[in-house]
Amino acid sequence: MANPKYVTIDGNEAASSIAFRASEVIAIYPITPSSNMGEFADEWAAQGKKNVWGVTPDVQEMQSEGGAAGAAHGAVQAGALTSTFTASQGLLLKIPNMFKIAGELTPFCIHVSARTVATHALSIFGDHSDVMLCRGTGFALLSSVTIQNAHDLALVAHAATLRARVPFLHFFDGFRSSHELSKVAYIDDDAIRAMIPDELVAKHRERALSPDHPVLRGTAQNPDTFFQSREACNRFFAECPAIVQATMDDFAKLTGRQYHLFDYYGAPDAERVVVLMGSGAATAEDTVEMLVGKGEKVGALVVRLYRPFSVTHFLAALPTSAKKISVLDRTKEPGAPGEPLYQDVLTALVEGRSSAMPQVFSGRYGLSSKEFTPAMVKAVFDDLKKDSPKNHFTVGIVDDVTHTSLDVGADLDVCAPGTVQAMFYGLGSDGTVGANKNSIKIIGEETPQSVQGYFVYDSKKAGAITVSHLRFGPKELKAPYLVQHADFIGCHQFEFVDKYDVLDRAKSGGVFLLNSPYGKDEVWQHLPREMQQQIIEKKLKFYAIDGLKVAREAGMGNRINTVMQTCFFAISGVLPRDEAIEKIKKTIEKTYGRKGADVVARNKAAVDMTLANLHEIVPPAAATTDRMRPPTVPEAAPQFVKDVTAVMLANRGDSLPVSAFVGQADGTWPTATTQWEKRNIANEIPTWDPSICIQCNKCALVCPHAAIRAKVVDPAKLAAAPEGFKSVPFKGNEFKGQAYIIQVAPEDCTGCNLCVEVCPAKDKSNPKHKSLNMTLQRPIREAERARYAFFLSLPEVDRAAVKADVKGSQFLRPLFEYSGACAGCGETPYVKLMTQLFGDRLMIGNATGCSSIYGGNLPTTPYAQDENGRGPAWSNSLFEDNAEFAFGYRLAVDRLMDQAKYLLKQQSAKLGDTLINELLGADQSSEAGIRDQRARVATLRQQLAGVSTPEGQRLLTLADYLVKKSIWAVGGDGWAYDIGYGGLDHVLAQDRDVNILVLDTGVYSNTGGQQSKATPLGAAAKFASAGKEVPKKDLGLMAMSYSHVYVAQVAFGARDQQTVRAFVEADLHPGPSIIIAYSHCIAHGYDLEHGLEQQRLAVESGIWPLYRCDPRVAATGEPGLKIDMGATPKVSFKEYALNETRFRMVEKLDPKRFARLQEDAQRDATRHMEVYRQMAEIRVKPQSGGDKGSAS
Amino acid sequence: MDLTTTYLGLNLKHPLMLGASPLCDDLDKVKQAEDAGVAAIVMHSLFEEQIKREQATAAAVATHGESSPEASSYLPTPSDFVLGPDAYLEQIRKVKAAVSCPVIGSLNGVTPGGWVEYTKQIEQAGADAIELNVYSVAHDPQRTAAEVEGRTIAMVKEVVGATALPVAVKLSPFYSSLTNLAVAIEKAGAKGLVVFNRFYQPDIDVEKLEVSQRLTLSTSNELLLRLRWLALLSGRVKLSLGVTGGVHSGIDALKTVMAGAHGVQVVSAAITNGPVVLAKMQKELETWLAEHDYESLKQGQGSMSLAKSPNAELYERGNYVKILLGYAKSML
Repeated sequence: MANPKYVTIDGNEAASSIAFRASEVIAIYPITPSSNMGEFADEWAAQGKKNVWGVTPDVQEMQSEGGAAGAAHGAVQAGALTSTFTASQGLLLKIPNMFKIAGELTPFCIHVSARTVATHALSIFGDHSDVMLCRGTGFALLSSVTIQNAHDLALVAHAATLRARVPFLHFFDGFRSSHELSKVAYIDDDAIRAMIPDELVAKHRERALSPDHPVLRGTAQNPDTFFQSREACNRFFAECPAIVQATMDDFAKLTGRQYHLFDYYGAPDAERVVVLMGSGAATAEDTVEMLVGKGEKVGALVVRLYRPFSVTHFLAALPTSAKKISVLDRTKEPGAPGEPLYQDVLTALVEGRSSAMPQVFSGRYGLSSKEFTPAMVKAVFDDLKKDSPKNHFTVGIVDDVTHTSLDVGADLDVCAPGTVQAMFYGLGSDGTVGANKNSIKIIGEETPQSVQGYFVYDSKKAGAITVSHLRFGPKELKAPYLVQHADFIGCHQFEFVDKYDVLDRAKSGGVFLLNSPYGKDEVWQHLPREMQQQIIEKKLKFYAIDGLKVAREAGMGNRINTVMQTCFFAISGVLPRDEAIEKIKKTIEKTYGRKGADVVARNKAAVDMTLANLHEIVPPAAATTDRMRPPTVPEAAPQFVKDVTAVMLANRGDSLPVSAFVGQADGTWPTATTQWEKRNIANEIPTWDPSICIQCNKCALVCPHAAIRAKVVDPAKLAAAPEGFKSVPFKGNEFKGQAYIIQVAPEDCTGCNLCVEVCPAKDKSNPKHKSLNMTLQRPIREAERARYAFFLSLPEVDRAAVKADVKGSQFLRPLFEYSGACAGCGETPYVKLMTQLFGDRLMIGNATGCSSIYGGNLPTTPYAQDENGRGPAWSNSLFEDNAEFAFGYRLAVDRLMDQAKYLLKQQSAKLGDTLINELLGADQSSEAGIRDQRARVATLRQQLAGVSTPEGQRLLTLADYLVKKSIWAVGGDGWAYDIGYGGLDHVLAQDRDVNILVLDTGVYSNTGGQQSKATPLGAAAKFASAGKEVPKKDLGLMAMSYSHVYVAQVAFGARDQQTVRAFVEADLHPGPSIIIAYSHCIAHGYDLEHGLEQQRLAVESGIWPLYRCDPRVAATGEPGLKIDMGATPKVSFKEYALNETRFRMVEKLDPKRFARLQEDAQRDATRHMEVYRQMAEIRVKPQSGGDKGSAS
Repeated sequence: MDLTTTYLGLNLKHPLMLGASPLCDDLDKVKQAEDAGVAAIVMHSLFEEQIKREQATAAAVATHGESSPEASSYLPTPSDFVLGPDAYLEQIRKVKAAVSCPVIGSLNGVTPGGWVEYTKQIEQAGADAIELNVYSVAHDPQRTAAEVEGRTIAMVKEVVGATALPVAVKLSPFYSSLTNLAVAIEKAGAKGLVVFNRFYQPDIDVEKLEVSQRLTLSTSNELLLRLRWLALLSGRVKLSLGVTGGVHSGIDALKTVMAGAHGVQVVSAAITNGPVVLAKMQKELETWLAEHDYESLKQGQGSMSLAKSPNAELYERGNYVKILLGYAKSML
């Protein structure tokens, strides 16, 4: 390929592009950060794109990575060229099949965006801990450094696997490579064909299972022959390295890009050498080049084929001059004598070097995408200079506890001269990342320059902060680390100037572009002193624009992306200004063309309006304000929050040393920390007009963020209320004479509007005015903050005094608050309700997914504690095992309770029978019962205080187990319907008190909306972009097939009272319970302020029937199943569906097909309703002599 | 029987057309209409407002994209899923390919640019004529009736200037001086006038204190308003006159033609009974004309207009009183 086509793509696309064109079957399952590889393949298949043999590969989603591996194993056995994509736990689930596939010497490729395996915590980011666990499988492990490598070596893997008959795992670093945009020389179909000759494919076919030439594989072997036949494969692995090298050589002939099993960079006479693989190798290469330029005898040995490890090739690549070698592993194996690559290097040297044995040291770096910079590489080389370099060191962190870390000097800029480095701070919702991706593509595709883009996000789903790191330059750009020396910094949200040290990385003489609501004459005065000083000291050229004003005038709402992108091009001079503007407009047409001419026109208008509104601000000689950046968390925050959480919130978590986490070494973190993070992301928040309020508390129920709350208090407590604090006399008898209050948490509200939507109270003379009305947040922020603080200080309601209904439940304090869920999230109201009803005795096992991310992703966590310090105890095990995990809680809690009871009975002499009998026989089916039991336990504790017997002391440690615990397994439909279904079913099949809450959005929401078996018929989802053909699985009906399981299907937006009842009944049911909860989601494609309406329509169209099936009722002879809605649909499926993009898309793609799907959906709904109706009439007489079959 | 008519310069074998309705989205129904001998098919309107709203929704959905490390988007992006008029235009092409009769595009715009742009696109898609569906409720106290009409006339001029297609204008009955407006529309270059579009009629939900929206199918009762205005317009403008709303039988159709219609659009009857109803209506029309010794439909065209009907004063005034009197008489 003399003149290759260049494309600007990320690592996932680079690898997937080859896999798609070189495969016939692709088995997929979503997992970050590899989901995109599957999405690309699925999208290309949907478009009818072909592989190099002219056929569209079959891209099939499975129910788990284990399932994908099984399907892939079957496909290769049956003769198809097959591949798959995965990472982390997903790769671990494939391991059993990997042993089989390699054992059967089967050509096959897995492309892995290498990701951290969860240990003390989950991390979606990159390191080699997953890949390293595959060392023993027999797969070849091939490592890519750059995005170009990911493209090239993907092809080497597909070609070499057929030649070697060894399956390949090709990997590149998760996020750093999988998500980095780079300019890549594209490999065309001819090159792929040339690399994969037909005769090798034919041989693969010949080995396929076929009744036309039958053989048998997968035998069971005995001690007499297993060992020998296992050794019979040796030659394939022995020959593999040479085959890979030959394949690389063939590839070089085609493309001019030569790779080796081990590539060495640096001084030929290097004395100090680092050995490593993955993206960090690029940093090492660049740093070595810089150090060699300064005369240092250093080098970097980059491992490409890690397995089978060729000692010969390794030794040939390593300069014989090397005296000290540091082997850098991007993984940690606690308890091992060293990390794996280190051990392999040692083995190779010991086996291969007869003399002049160098000293070898082991180091860890880059876990969970921790930055690995040139300064760190230099620190490694510097340490090797010492007489006794550190062994088993870490680099990139400060380990002040076990003192493993190397000291790292000042940041080094090793980028080639002429490289422009830029950083942009934006919000997820403002389009900054999208615009930057466009900028990179403009420069990458329209100029000869190299480009690189990498994007950092926080973990919030509403109001997420994004930082884009862009580089452009005349020379090849690798630099797989964040921009450290920025020529250009764009801050697209003014609020950030008070939250983050935005200019920390600005180069002296660089440019600072600020989106400011203040005009050119006022903006300076609104900057904090630190920022003013930085601008002056670093001699920054400072520009400001009111981007929001321009965007709004152009009809783009809050989307300031185009405006800020235009500013960047206008100021940076990366391209001539006019040319840049023309290119931006061209890209706008390309990007938004499908969204219509109007969107294109508005974006173009924004471009044209930008320059007139862009102003250069000349700073004064000295700072003009004394106002410092405010503290990240308030003074009242606990010390840990100030010392650790606040640092993470300020984007400075990298600076925290190991000692900051000594108390968290086991992954334990305090709950109730979201309260210290005041995010202020809502433009508008609700205000309450008590005069027309009907006190229904629906607003509090639907709030996804616990940011609007209800209380009843003694009016006397309101004497010290701040000005404007509102209350009215409580209407009704339960709290007669008390004051009723609705209060908004002004800084925690996300402005989703659900509370206003649900508010039924309208002014009779002016129904537009409700009891809740949205108002601009900024003008009322301070006053409402004081009111909310006062509200929180008011006493909580007596839990025993409230009714277990919608209204009563909302007087209970939510112990799940201010999570990072999307504004308007349809899941969190259920989670919050659960914590209100049972929070002080609640244990949650949470499947991985949205609910574990907004529930447990640092820096702050939303599960809270009540005034007694009680609250939900929460943990996340895995994605696939959550029902079992929560079941384990139950096994433990029951055994500990039994022990407590056993010990209690032994204490009758000391405690007296009355207390013991009361404790043992307590009715804990109500809040009053729980309260009384807690009082008894307190008495027990007091009485045991004087008991020094071992039994007494043991009882003291177990006394709290005498109070009933509510155990819940929480997760999404991806877990419950797909990957975790087997375990969930098993837990349902046991007679133990475990409650399961399925937050059913009908897609894998967290990874971006891939279809699950809960995806409704007719809806489009990723991996089902044409619209799902088959109905969703009726999980409730399946659960009802067990007669002892409490089953409810709920939708709080349709019938909130039924939802609350279901939760209460599930908790009371002494056996397994499952609640399947309709959760509206952004993946449905509409503004979530309409979420409640869509829930109502889902129910009224019969698509989401509401019911409760209670075995305790069935045991009385009455029908166990109760349908909580009308028998016939009130609205059509169409009325429900066409409000959502996921259905509209299917209609637009093929109206006729959608009409058929619509009929199918309606018929399926009718059929289900009929089944339920008939079931709801089943009466089985209780057996005489007891109520067997009843769980109680 | 010669039922031919000329509508918007198109020579039609008879005046019965499938009017603007969702039926045109279903090619099977379109083919059934063709089999039923339909004279022309009017597409339902391309709503500029709808397109804008869809685009706004797409933009709102997109705001969730690129904001999480785990998902760059939340919905699939099939390349053939295009917001905007493409699906509509594609349907025109498909309908055009499926039938031999003329196909008339229909457009409801909200901006001057929108009217013109989408007209051009409809023309390119192969439509034989275009019907501008002027479908807005004028309620701005600052805007005079003359301004409202002026905008419509200016829009028609712009569209006529931008397309080679014959242009019809579909109006509501709510104008102070409809005949005057009709003349102005003719001067603006339009070739036809269609009476009348049927608005969604808002209702009030007294429980929820909300306005509710609904659309009901028409009945023959609604024909009366149209008969009057056809009669009042017929002969006073050179425009082709079309009618829509309330034609449920061949006799209904006959009445409209007698009042002055050149083209008769059938919607509710075709939705209720299927496009086959068109054949039945044509037969009725034919039979009636034959039984009454007409040579052709043209013979009776406009025969009951203001200018020609024997008791035309009933069209102009006093209608209500006379009917009451007539009713009282028959009770005696």
